[in-house]
Amino acid sequence: MSQEKQKKDLAPNDTLLNEKELKKLEKKRAKQEKYYTSSQWQLMGRKLIRHKLAVISFILLTLLYIGAIFAGFIAPQGLEDFSATYSNAPPSKIHFVHNGEFIGPFVYDYDITYDKFQNKVYVENKEKPYKINFFVKGSSYKILGIFKSDIHLFGVDNSDLPEGKDKVNVMLFGADQLGRDLFSRILIGSQVSLTVPLVGTFMSFILAIIIGGISGYYGGIVDTIIQRIIEVISSFPTLPLWMALSAAIPAGISVTKVYIFITIIMSLVSWPGLARTVRSKFLSLKKEDYVLAAKLAGVSDFKIIIKHLVPGFMSYLIVNLTLGIPNMILGETSMSFLGLGMRAPATSWGVLLQECQSISNIANCPWKLIPVLFVGTAVLAFNFLGDGLRDAADPYK
Amino acid sequence: MDKLSYIAKRLLLAFFTLLMISFVVFFVIQLPPGDFVDSMVTDMIAQGETVTEADIENLRTMYGTNRPFMVQYVDWLKGIVTGDWGTSFYYNQSVLVKIGETLGTTLLISLVTLVVTYLIAIPIAIYSAKHQYQIGDYIFTFIGFVGLAVPHFLLAILLMYLSYKWTGKPLMGLFPEGGITDWASFVEFLKRLIIPTIVISLSGACGLIRSIRAQMLDEQEKPYVLCTRAKGVSEQTITFKYEMRAILNPIVSGLGGMISGIFNGSTITAIVLMLPTQGPVLLKALQSQDVYLSGGILLISATLVVIGTLISDLLLAVLDPRIKLLEESK
Repeated sequence: MSQEKQKKDLAPNDTLLNEKELKKLEKKRAKQEKYYTSSQWQLMGRKLIRHKLAVISFILLTLLYIGAIFAGFIAPQGLEDFSATYSNAPPSKIHFVHNGEFIGPFVYDYDITYDKFQNKVYVENKEKPYKINFFVKGSSYKILGIFKSDIHLFGVDNSDLPEGKDKVNVMLFGADQLGRDLFSRILIGSQVSLTVPLVGTFMSFILAIIIGGISGYYGGIVDTIIQRIIEVISSFPTLPLWMALSAAIPAGISVTKVYIFITIIMSLVSWPGLARTVRSKFLSLKKEDYVLAAKLAGVSDFKIIIKHLVPGFMSYLIVNLTLGIPNMILGETSMSFLGLGMRAPATSWGVLLQECQSISNIANCPWKLIPVLFVGTAVLAFNFLGDGLRDAADPYK
Repeated sequence: MDKLSYIAKRLLLAFFTLLMISFVVFFVIQLPPGDFVDSMVTDMIAQGETVTEADIENLRTMYGTNRPFMVQYVDWLKGIVTGDWGTSFYYNQSVLVKIGETLGTTLLISLVTLVVTYLIAIPIAIYSAKHQYQIGDYIFTFIGFVGLAVPHFLLAILLMYLSYKWTGKPLMGLFPEGGITDWASFVEFLKRLIIPTIVISLSGACGLIRSIRAQMLDEQEKPYVLCTRAKGVSEQTITFKYEMRAILNPIVSGLGGMISGIFNGSTITAIVLMLPTQGPVLLKALQSQDVYLSGGILLISATLVVIGTLISDLLLAVLDPRIKLLEESK
């Protein structure tokens, strides 16, 4: 590969060149120059872009996070909306043609009957179409906690609803036991499920840098003590420890506080592994000449750590952080699934999956497993992105 | 002699780790606001009894919950050492007896999954490394990623659902009704063991496959392999006699983490599948603030992880002489 390149580079010297080829060569040279003068981060970015799986994962994650930020707007239903009529309703079928006439996207209402086990059976009533409109008014919400609005991206036009009838909803992923739209709840739940890992990872990152840094930089008795503490914490199987700590969250406190507690618990359990990495990197870097030079020049310890040591392995650390996020997603989902994590009225992907605990529920309403796809996608995407970052972290290879 | 001193040093270290673990466990179980007397008083009031402040104070003194934290801890630790692990308030039973009931099945499932993990992971990893970037390698890598991405409990639910679809009744629990008495019930027991084994061993196996495959690929590049191959030694001998040695290290050193992973998996899987192991008991204990029981279970699982790490360290020292040299040069 590289030999071929060299040959191509050499070739122009032997033959006469016309204008066009010269320009091409100039361009190529400029490109090469750019390559050799670009910073490490630019090189990493270039290499990452060539990692297809990582790019796809990055796009998917961006979409998921956009969905989380604008959940209130995209979701047709709000967090507190429910409808006893449509409990366990299947995913709505979206039609375009009514009585042989194209009238745009619409849904039919259901005729509800009961089977012999008293389960609801939903059959579409094809008499009257309910059109799906865009930018409709619904329950109010806040985006990023600031912008208040009640306009939803799409929703059913219920303007000519017969008297005394329950509102017709479009439920892309069906409904849960309380007749709440699963699509809306997945989006709203992602606000918790996708941010707990980020905040938790950030906190354990800070802890790891400080504690691992002290341990590696100073060494000696401090190092020994910190190493023992790390060993003790990592001796616990994480899930039982998570469970025990979550059980300590007092009942009846606000959702925000539960959220904070959960992120703290996540980071408390996961910093030791990261701190170990930071320590070993510190140990190898602190013997470098430039650190000694900085010390002799009278730079303070804190400044040496932050300015000279941390940037030395930042890329490595980011890879580790990215690869640590999936575990936190799974952790939060598991805790909430067991009823030890987020609690009503808040929701998360784990809370949504609680209904899957009974087998009859899955057998009758398989759409309740849809949140699994979101959990799996997020976990896989972070894994692939981490792998891509790991390959890119060493751009000179 | 130096081998003995290394073992002694390692044992001493493990002992101190255990001591600190016991402190952390006691700290964690004391964290929830309120104590056992509070929930007892709530119960008594709910049953229509009148409870005065003095009664509560008496109860506190009787159960010793109003003493300083360190005194309670030392007391608890003394009990642990002498075999008195306290009483489970929820089950109204000695904690040690309650843990003993489920410890057997917990260890059984852990051991089976541990063996299965290695049995699955090692051959697949070697196959993948030997057939890198071929269709088989891609398939296993894909399965490996999915195995890492799907949470334990969901896999358990899915498999339970499939077993229900195929056989008409979900494979739940572990022991058939009436226990294992004859051949048929033993076969039934083995059948019920399948789902938990798959679920718990999958994520551990996926991780192990990745690390062994990477190690194996590194090893294949080394000059000595090329040299051996050039000399005409068969591929089989190269793989199984020389390259296999290199992967012993990640296999053995991962033992502690593997046991920890198995406890993670088995806790939640057992809750979903209603297996008679420590998982469901721990959940119940935590929900009902049964502190001594949850503390006991936490302590046992952490202890088993410490023992696993100890065994892997000692095995490594035997298998890999370089580690001993490293210790000596310190």
